[in-house]
Amino acid sequence: MIVENPRELLIKKFLAHGFMLIFIALIMFPFLVVVSISFREGNFTVGSLWPENPTLEHWYLAFGFDYTRADGTVIEPPYPVLRWMWNSIKIGIFAGIGVVTLSTISAYAFARVRFRGRAALLDSLFIIQLFPTTLALVAVYAIFDALGDVSPILGLDSHWSLVLVYMSGITMHVWTIKGYFDSIDSSLDKAAQIDGATPWQTFRMIFLPLAVPILSVVFVLVFIGAINDYPTASILLRQENNLTLAVGARLYLNEFQYLWGDFAAAAILSGLPITIVFLIAQRYLVSGLSDGAVKG
Amino acid sequence: MATETASLDARPARLSFAIYSGSVVLITAALLFFAFRLYLMSQPLFGVILLVLALAFGLVFGTGRFYAHRFILPGLSAIGIFILFPIIYTVYLGFTNYSSFNLLDYERAVAVIMRNKVVDQSTEQQFLVASDPADAGLYRIWLPDSGLLSDPVSLTDAASAALNPTATEPATLLDRRDAVKLRSGLQLLELVQPDGSVLRNSGLRTFADVQNEYERVGEDQLRRVADGMILTADHDSGFFVDAEGNTMPPGWRVGIGIDNYKRIFQSEGIRAPMARIFVWTVFFAVASVALTFAIGLLLAVILQWPHLRGKAIYRILLILPYAVPAFISILVFKGIFNQNFGEINLILETLFGIRPEWTTNGTLARTMILIVNVWLGYPYMMLLSMGFLQSVPEDHKKAAALEGASALRVFFTITLPQIIPPFLPLLLASFAFNFNNIVLVLLLTRGGPDIPGTVIPAGETDILGSFVYRISFMDSGQQFGLAGAITFLIFLLVGAMAYTNFIAMRRAAAKRAA
Repeated sequence: MIVENPRELLIKKFLAHGFMLIFIALIMFPFLVVVSISFREGNFTVGSLWPENPTLEHWYLAFGFDYTRADGTVIEPPYPVLRWMWNSIKIGIFAGIGVVTLSTISAYAFARVRFRGRAALLDSLFIIQLFPTTLALVAVYAIFDALGDVSPILGLDSHWSLVLVYMSGITMHVWTIKGYFDSIDSSLDKAAQIDGATPWQTFRMIFLPLAVPILSVVFVLVFIGAINDYPTASILLRQENNLTLAVGARLYLNEFQYLWGDFAAAAILSGLPITIVFLIAQRYLVSGLSDGAVKG
Repeated sequence: MATETASLDARPARLSFAIYSGSVVLITAALLFFAFRLYLMSQPLFGVILLVLALAFGLVFGTGRFYAHRFILPGLSAIGIFILFPIIYTVYLGFTNYSSFNLLDYERAVAVIMRNKVVDQSTEQQFLVASDPADAGLYRIWLPDSGLLSDPVSLTDAASAALNPTATEPATLLDRRDAVKLRSGLQLLELVQPDGSVLRNSGLRTFADVQNEYERVGEDQLRRVADGMILTADHDSGFFVDAEGNTMPPGWRVGIGIDNYKRIFQSEGIRAPMARIFVWTVFFAVASVALTFAIGLLLAVILQWPHLRGKAIYRILLILPYAVPAFISILVFKGIFNQNFGEINLILETLFGIRPEWTTNGTLARTMILIVNVWLGYPYMMLLSMGFLQSVPEDHKKAAALEGASALRVFFTITLPQIIPPFLPLLLASFAFNFNNIVLVLLLTRGGPDIPGTVIPAGETDILGSFVYRISFMDSGQQFGLAGAITFLIFLLVGAMAYTNFIAMRRAAAKRAA
């Protein structure tokens, strides 16, 4: 350790903590405001940061209950928040399952199965991965508009259509999972092969169990990605009851009906679970991201 | 597959083989069926794609020859259908006039025009609905003006009923509201008058002699019954036109070559705002990456300082903006930046007496969007930096410090040069992400405030992606064709970026391996 002047060190420590605290105070400001507003009366009132007459009105409404004010007026929930949340979770789970299934199998193929054109496919996969699907929204809309004529399940305003669009997320995750499979000792699958296992059996019995941690990371990543998606969901979903949180939440702050207080409670209610999931998973997420990205 | 497992136990193997081949046949058949349905629904393009998928599936899974491809086919089809095909289809749409005016195919556009009706005003008269006293499910239509009463009808399907002169009003007339509920049945009803002429529902309260406005007189010609005017289908513009060249909506979708591109490059009202949006998009992406990287790295360096206590709690608090779903934080910012009753202006007014116009002033709106994006993006950079900083050997820094280099100098000459190369691909990826960060723009500003004097809505904070989104799905007539053309131009840019990134990754990987 380099010897430092204790006085200088003290000043440095003081500065570092001071900087951190000020920075964090700035960063946390929006969160504090939202918590405060969710307990404040009314939807417009500009009050102090600490609510003077705290009320649970916005929270009642967010949970979907009617709220009776002191003067007897009954307020009905403006939007079905819990319904939206359920839609988001449902879509997220199905997208997660689909993407994990498809990308694991493909990653295994790229990591272990020999077939012609593998290197070229890998390269093109990498390029394609960098094209965001949000740019092809016009086509996505036109495609599902047309498919809706065949079956409404695959048409506009269907959750299944949305799940299918989210399948396009597999490219990035094929990469992550392949990086993980590459790091598995090849003597394992050689041994299985010698014992007469088919490539499918090797995948099923050896690779899949080993990959559970990375697969759960990918699942969470896809799940959160699906819940956070705004552009695709906003063009495919129509009816209020069908919306996902990301599309619906915006309705609170529209110019004609500005429900700032109701929004605050709904935002905390819906944001908290996702935030917790993310905080638990983030340690793995970041290492997965940077590893997967650099491994060629 | 069956032969390999046969040695273990013959019976389950045979059973699983049967299940396997059964499901392969079933799935192939289902895919073929849907392909055929799509073809019948006049969607041959999608039909062909599904047909190819069905054949590939049957071939790869049904025969033993392509065993290795069984692993790659599902993923590849997903990429082909959900990424590659939409991209190609978007580019194709850029060469068509697909828009809210030219939404349908030709036959459907004709069908819509054929549905136009003309009402003979002289025959229009009020009607009332009477329930049939003898049978609960049947109704009679009463025309008080001409004293005619219809035979009983069920009002569930298309039907025709004769009208008979009746002297007295039926006693069981429904009130107006109940009659309106029967509207769909009434619209399908034909009433035949004693003289043989037919009356149809012409409004909420009236029946009249209703005729088709147009009749089809040829493959490409419609004739207006009233005056014999001829509309001719113009398959170049996708509209019916009369002799004077007036168009008749709705139009249909046709290929229009490079007209959309001509529009982009020739119309000053499109080209000028697009150039401006492009410059802002690049600036936005570069500034976002630079600022988030700088702040993230600074925080990471401080967090790595061995003398700092309470790292864990700082770390959790600092990554919170990354953990909260972005759509929620962006909307929160939209609220607190609200010009009139947002908390930020409230505080600024109390402290400094100013109320910045975050939503109406272009420069301020851009500042706001950058602030929000830095808030959203720095934790990711911080987390990455912490990882990369750990890989910088401590000895190098110590050696430099012993030589008398200041902490800043150590950072800029030892640490930074060592973490930039592995960071580069991630910075490029971040640039590409922000280049298309349309969630932020759509949720925070919707592109606004608008740039004055443009042909299509374009905003000061619009990036290329959100600009296309607005052309396609908001307030400007769903100009899908034009949007497709602009998207193609963006694809070229993104493609160049993707390729650069690809090369950078390759170099980084090669360096790692070396």
